[in-house]
Amino acid sequence: MKKIIETENLRTNFYTYEGVVKALNDVCITVNHGETFGLVGESGCGKSVTVRSMMRIIQSPGKVESGKVLLFLDENGEQEAVDLLQQSESYMQSCCGDQISMIFQEPNAALNPIMSIGEQVAESFLFHRKKSLSEASLERLNAQDCKVPFKGIFKNLYKKYHEDENAFVFKLLSHIPLLNRWDFLIRQEAFKRAVEIISKLGIPHAEDIAVQFPHNLSGGMKQRIVIAIALACSPMLLIADEATSNLDVTIQAQILELLKDLKKKHISSILLITHDLGVVAETCDRVGVMYAGSLCEVAESRELFGNPSHPYTKALLESVPKFHQEGALKTIEGNVPNLVTPPAGCRFHPRCKHRMDICDKEVPNLLEIGKNHSVACHLFGDK
Amino acid sequence: MEKILELKNLKKHYPIYGGVFKKEINSVKALDGVDLDIYRGECLGVVGESGCGKTTTSKAIIKLHDPTSGEIIFHPKDHKDSYDIARMKPRHMKKNGLRSKLQMVFQDPTTSMNPRMLVKNIIAEPIIENTNIKGKALEDRVVELLEMVGLTRNHLYRYSHEFSGGQRQRIAVARALATNPEFLVLDEPTSALDVSVQAQILNLMDSLRKKLNLTYMFVTHHLLVVKYISTRIAVMYLGKIVEIAETEKLFENPVHPYTNALLSGIPSTDLDIEKKRIILKGDVPSPLNPPEGCRFHTRCPFAIELCKKKEPVLEDIGNHKVACHRKDEVQELISKKFA
Amino acid sequence: MIKNHPKIKELKFTLNRIFTNPSAIIGFSLLLFFIVVAIFAPQLAPPNTKSHNPYIVPHEGFSATPKQPSAEHLMGTTSGQYDIFYGVVWGTRTAFKVGLFVVSIAALIGVMLGVIAGFYGGLVDEIIMRFVDIVFSVPLLVLAMAIVVAFERDIKYVIIALIMVEWRNYVRVMRASILTLRDQDFIHAAKVMGVSDIKIMLRHIIPNGIYPVMVIAFMDIGSLVITASFLSFLGLGAPTGYADWGSMVAQARNYIVGPTGEMFKYWHTIIFPGGCIILFVLAWNLIGDALRDAFDPKMRRQ
Ligand SMILES: Nc1ncnc2c1ncn2[C@@H]1O[C@H](COP(=O)(O)OP(=O)(O)OP(=O)(O)O)[C@@H](O)[C@H]1O
Ligand SMILES: Nc1ncnc2c1ncn2[C@@H]1O[C@H](COP(=O)(O)OP(=O)(O)OP(=O)(O)O)[C@@H](O)[C@H]1O
Ligand code: SF4
Ligand SMILES: [Mg+2]
Ligand SMILES: [Mg+2]
Repeated sequence: MKKIIETENLRTNFYTYEGVVKALNDVCITVNHGETFGLVGESGCGKSVTVRSMMRIIQSPGKVESGKVLLFLDENGEQEAVDLLQQSESYMQSCCGDQISMIFQEPNAALNPIMSIGEQVAESFLFHRKKSLSEASLERLNAQDCKVPFKGIFKNLYKKYHEDENAFVFKLLSHIPLLNRWDFLIRQEAFKRAVEIISKLGIPHAEDIAVQFPHNLSGGMKQRIVIAIALACSPMLLIADEATSNLDVTIQAQILELLKDLKKKHISSILLITHDLGVVAETCDRVGVMYAGSLCEVAESRELFGNPSHPYTKALLESVPKFHQEGALKTIEGNVPNLVTPPAGCRFHPRCKHRMDICDKEVPNLLEIGKNHSVACHLFGDK
Repeated sequence: MEKILELKNLKKHYPIYGGVFKKEINSVKALDGVDLDIYRGECLGVVGESGCGKTTTSKAIIKLHDPTSGEIIFHPKDHKDSYDIARMKPRHMKKNGLRSKLQMVFQDPTTSMNPRMLVKNIIAEPIIENTNIKGKALEDRVVELLEMVGLTRNHLYRYSHEFSGGQRQRIAVARALATNPEFLVLDEPTSALDVSVQAQILNLMDSLRKKLNLTYMFVTHHLLVVKYISTRIAVMYLGKIVEIAETEKLFENPVHPYTNALLSGIPSTDLDIEKKRIILKGDVPSPLNPPEGCRFHTRCPFAIELCKKKEPVLEDIGNHKVACHRKDEVQELISKKFA
Repeated sequence: MIKNHPKIKELKFTLNRIFTNPSAIIGFSLLLFFIVVAIFAPQLAPPNTKSHNPYIVPHEGFSATPKQPSAEHLMGTTSGQYDIFYGVVWGTRTAFKVGLFVVSIAALIGVMLGVIAGFYGGLVDEIIMRFVDIVFSVPLLVLAMAIVVAFERDIKYVIIALIMVEWRNYVRVMRASILTLRDQDFIHAAKVMGVSDIKIMLRHIIPNGIYPVMVIAFMDIGSLVITASFLSFLGLGAPTGYADWGSMVAQARNYIVGPTGEMFKYWHTIIFPGGCIILFVLAWNLIGDALRDAFDPKMRRQ
């Protein structure tokens, strides 16, 4: 199985006024080529921090203390690992959106309130798809019925842009009022593509919606716009942090279907974070369960839901409302631990029904207990 | 059963301005004639597509906006009269003591509390506003509320950001209960929470409803949640209610094609249950220009000519109310088409 | 109990954030220095008992040529024989007066209008913002000239002119910050509880939206002193002989370049008052920067 991204012993802390929040404790996750990996766990267990650490967008006062994030790039058939934590800012910038793309958890925070929806989606094309945009614009200029004044000048400009987008002329032009609009055809083209992708996500009348502003849309529509931005450049790996939480099941099904579809065609892998275990069960190939900053169980989806092994996973599955629910829902006793002073040993031990003496002393390691099934629990220690 | 709220032909159109002079060029028909009775003591689940007007309905009831037309008739418990609150001024509502009777728990507990206020003040605010409890009695009341939702006195002097999501939502519930409301709108109260916390909050809400004889309107996307907590379910589609029934009945025997599609799509962790999924095709219509006739006809697998012309009305068929022209044949059609 | 009160914890945290920031330390030390000078001005440069107004710099004789620093005139004299040391010391008070006064009044007006515009929106917003636009189109210089022509040259009128143009910035900043707050759920929640609009503004909106205003207010205190100096330099500000850094620089303008061969002969006439202006501005800017970092909500634990 070819890997696409892998984290090794990722450790992230937040330095707050209450003390150091040890948000991640040696998280090792591997996402393979062509698979959908689901990451589940209680709120605050560090799912978002994990992916944010991977993308190096941890907000201060957070800091990735140690570990590696290996991105495997295909170089002429050879797999080459790049440690993203060692790369430069500009590398990350070109990598985000192009190879890896992320859907953020809060759609409100991810959208700019004073820019129209269409422009925001178009932005992504403008940044990563300069070449193909200028090509399309050139084609439009070359068409017979094209009525643009100074056609010749534009043709030359766009040709030049196609060849070398960092040329000095463009830097100069971008600073001169009015002249900085020289790329209007490119912008139009980007906008057109934006409308296309918006309509693909099941939003009716995409042309009308594209000129609206975020506050005019319902929660679910905003969510889909955020997804559109992430999908714009068909990335190699899509990280979706709670991408479908605000959508009703029919649209959710439609989007998950679309993701599956895209996965076949363009995107090779998806890292899906969600609260909805049902969605995970139905769409993910492999699932990782996190608790309080560490990974406690990783298994194939069928195996995990059929044969949950970690006590936390079991408890989590019991608290999901079932179709044939009888009696009150089971809940997990106790509270999520404060990560400033996490429990010693296994971080789940204060809430665990099967606690043993060793549990509050030693941190359990992630051990393989079956085919593609690893658990970090002392119950499985000696096997 | 005693009614607590009646919505009569409720409409809410959000104008869209355009052109040079910012003239109204169109409007989003977020609610387009909703008729709904809510009975005292029930938990009415409201489900439906994103953008179908669930939040707009709840905001109209708790008076965060004025509806374009229609009536919202409220029958408070200890009053002889009932009031049409659709266009009542906030001042009048407060004077009649109606404001405190209708409360809401918001979706995101993080943004629904002032980040610069202590938990004590957050919960005390509605009490101060609506009663004249002061000093020690006020603090006792706040502690009582906190204990009701499973928190303790130790949590009084903290900021909301010092709590986990589930605890924050508990505080929000305590705040909503502070004024002894009769009716609570819960707009996706658990969608920002994870499953184990969701279970805690659902259990809490359920027991509070029984204990305090509250009435809920529970808006959510999560059908299993709504199945667990609601006694009756209303299904909305594009600004209209298309089906209402008691929970059991609805899940046993969904009638409207949209309800059928919705229920067939529930993602579940029981991987072994066989499911015949109804995947909807066709254009999702826009609330700017809702389609003529039945609003669902653009996506309905069973639409006939009549559906494109005449709008079906909500009709009582025994223990269901459904708005569909083919309500009698749907079951048959489904078993034929998706067998 | 008191020690662990979250407000105190938070204050501690904020102070800690501010005082571990080197630029804030420099800024606050500079500010402290200026404050001390302003407070002890009567001791540092005792005013001539004869003159009524201590802000009028004493001068001996009327010779136009500045004198070099000496024991008698620590920083020398400027043209007209005004004592530079005296002017610099009392000028500190003028600077504080102008900066604090203008900023507090302008911020008060601006915040009030901004809150009203942002909170109510619609027609009220439109009217206020169009008015702000109109005010934005009036150049400060024209206004200052009109005022000085209508009244007289006095620091009072500089302050009035500055207030008249300064408030508009605060309206915009405050309005923008209200607009983002207005649709937050906790404002809706307050409305549902029946909290009146005024209380919502005072209790929920202003405490959450005031920080950007505070930051620019701090920075403005510095930049206002520059503007005031600039007006003085053009002869629209304080009259000659007033203890104001700007007008002192203005008086020295003919001596910026010394006689041939001694280019920097009269350096003291420029360096002392000019240096004070620069350091004063620097102090407030550094503080403003540090506050921005400290108040940044993203930096806090959410
Ligand atoms: N900016 C921050 N400052 C301080 N602590 C933070 C910050 N961001 C996250 N944390 C802490 O890191 C831990 C993990 O948070 P994270 O956002 O990854 O949770 P999550 O699993 O994504 O939860 P959710 O399901 O609610 O999104 C939490 O305990 C949180 O308190
Ligand atoms: N302030 C507004 N201005 C204009 N249109 C609005 C406004 N608020 C909501 N709408 C529109 O009204 C319709 C219904 O929105 P509403 O928020 O009620 O949907 P919802 O059912 O709650 O959806 P979701 O499940 O996504 O939250 C949507 O089409 C939305 O675009
Ligand atoms: S009325 Fe017609 S289009 Fe509408 S749901 Fe029924 S069958 Fe489908
Ligand atoms: Mg998260
Ligand atoms: Mg909603």
